[in-house]
Amino acid sequence: MMHMRRISLVSWLLALLCLPMTGMTSTGMKLDRAPDKARDVAALQRGAKIFVNYCLNCHSANYMRYNRLRDLGLTEQQIKDNLLFTADKVGEPMTIAMRSQEAKEWFGAPPPDLTVIARAKASAAGSGADWLYTYLRTFYRDDSRPTGWNNLVFDRVSMPHVMWELQGEYGLRLVEKIDVHGEKVQLKKLEMLKPGKLPPDEYDALMADLVGYLVYMSEPIAETRKQIGMGVLAALALLFALTYLLKREYWKDVH
Amino acid sequence: MSSLIAWIDERFPLTSTLKQHLSEYYAPKNFNFWYFFGSLALFVLVIQIITGIFLVMHYKPDAALAFASVEYIMRDVPWGWLIRYLHSTGASAFFIVVYLHMFRGLLYGSYRKPRELIWIFGSLIFLCLMAEAFFGYLLPWGQMSYWGAQVIVNLFSAIPVIGPDLSLWIRGDYVISDTTLNRFFAFHVIAIPLVLLGLVVAHLVALHEVGSNNPDGVEIKKHKDAQTGIPLDGIPFHPYYTVKDIVGIVVFLAVFTTIVFFAPEFGGYFIEYNNFLPADPLRTPEHIAPLWYFTPFYSILRAVTYPLFGLDAKFWGVMAMGAAVVIITFLPWLDRSPVKSIRYRGLIYKIFLAVFVIAFFVLGYLGVLPPTPGRTLVAQICSVIYFAFFLLMPFYSKIDRCQPEPERVTG
Repeated sequence: MMHMRRISLVSWLLALLCLPMTGMTSTGMKLDRAPDKARDVAALQRGAKIFVNYCLNCHSANYMRYNRLRDLGLTEQQIKDNLLFTADKVGEPMTIAMRSQEAKEWFGAPPPDLTVIARAKASAAGSGADWLYTYLRTFYRDDSRPTGWNNLVFDRVSMPHVMWELQGEYGLRLVEKIDVHGEKVQLKKLEMLKPGKLPPDEYDALMADLVGYLVYMSEPIAETRKQIGMGVLAALALLFALTYLLKREYWKDVH
Repeated sequence: MSSLIAWIDERFPLTSTLKQHLSEYYAPKNFNFWYFFGSLALFVLVIQIITGIFLVMHYKPDAALAFASVEYIMRDVPWGWLIRYLHSTGASAFFIVVYLHMFRGLLYGSYRKPRELIWIFGSLIFLCLMAEAFFGYLLPWGQMSYWGAQVIVNLFSAIPVIGPDLSLWIRGDYVISDTTLNRFFAFHVIAIPLVLLGLVVAHLVALHEVGSNNPDGVEIKKHKDAQTGIPLDGIPFHPYYTVKDIVGIVVFLAVFTTIVFFAPEFGGYFIEYNNFLPADPLRTPEHIAPLWYFTPFYSILRAVTYPLFGLDAKFWGVMAMGAAVVIITFLPWLDRSPVKSIRYRGLIYKIFLAVFVIAFFVLGYLGVLPPTPGRTLVAQICSVIYFAFFLLMPFYSKIDRCQPEPERVTG
């Protein structure tokens, strides 16, 4: 009985662990893994710059204050000079002037606030960073869409490809393939129609920086949190030794 | 100091109360691993109350401000992120600890005479806990908060005649709205905690009146020292179990803080990813799943797919879900076994319990996933097993071939 219960517990835990790995996105697209930039301050600074220049016109980051960017090794003066375009004071949050009603008329849906988007986009298919990294690199030309753009992980997306000048233009090609089960499957492949200013690997690296920044912004405390966690666990290990010895001492006379 | 205590004792039963509940409360000396979870539940309750107080200082129960105020706590309130993660992880920890605590009761027959009232109070605590978690989950005002509440409140509309008006009355609006948020906040921070605390006191007072059960399921009060009247197999709760439970708390904290500091979302099971999107009444998420601790019961709800007596399948689903929670309360009268502890029970009960536990886990797992015909069939089978465990207990517990109980506790 004890044995059976243990088996059921193990299978449950295994199922729990496997669950996040088996899924795919709603469009059936496998996500690319985003490189981890959490400790790469230079990459996060580059990412912040791309974010402010390309995203922070239509998208807000209402819960992120500009001066929080001091986390990334910037001084308030540097933030003011290089990044502060949409607000007057460095202590203000990253709001935008576009009203959501207007945005709805222009794009069909108001562009979402991006403060915690990297946390919201996590799913069984992969982390939020993986989703964003794949999303930002899989825009393709689609004349049936009002903007002329579509996306592999976000079908019928409202957002046009803002960084098309950098990445260039891609088109969709459907490839028939026989999968491991011997069944015919259609794979969606992107092929370059027009090169952009950046070669593909540089564009990917730039998007990795941007995604790194979005991940940082979604929880600025994340790295500090893990550091504090190590200290807490060390203190608890010590406390365990002390309390265990205390318990053993008291229980000596219980037979 | 001693004169101060004497002064108090003349006016208030301080020393006698401490003696009665701690230093002269005699607990069986053979408590094992499973007996940590009672004190741990109390510990988590304290965590939730203290972190909750600090969250309320910064949280705004207003549909236009709630989501932003949570991010404000996460970013601008000093240590706010820690307080919030302790509270969100604490909610899940509470259920883990309480489920294990209840399972202990099943293992050793802790609900049997004379401990029926302890069990009833405990069942009510579990019910309160579910209500507390449900009301609290709306407060961050994310997509899952919103749509989860929408789905659950809509369940009440399945009740014939009064249903639609009842769900309207609960929401205070035609959809989940600011009004709903305000009343759920009131329930979460005042009404339910008050009831919960009262029930916890009742649970403990009843326990200390009759004394604790133990892994052997025998009464230690049957064998007392002739002179002192102290049970021969009993040891004073303080200091023996206080020092032991502190070790348990430290181990618990190691696991708990590992989650808080390294994986506070716990893969989307403790904080759902979709809840990082602000509530949007116009956009229904593809898949609405309750948090993991509700999923076994949610599965039972979804498993009922047949209409009956001219009433919706949904209505019977709600009834089945309610019954699944309430039936736990009746355990003291369903169990007819001559022995309490699993150690002396026969094979039939052990098989029933093992299958029940597996069915409970499977139901929990299925409740996380979107339904398919195959999954629904498995959920139906597991729901039948769930109820069979309780409803057939009067028969199988009686015919089971048990071993004789020992006179005194064993190691």
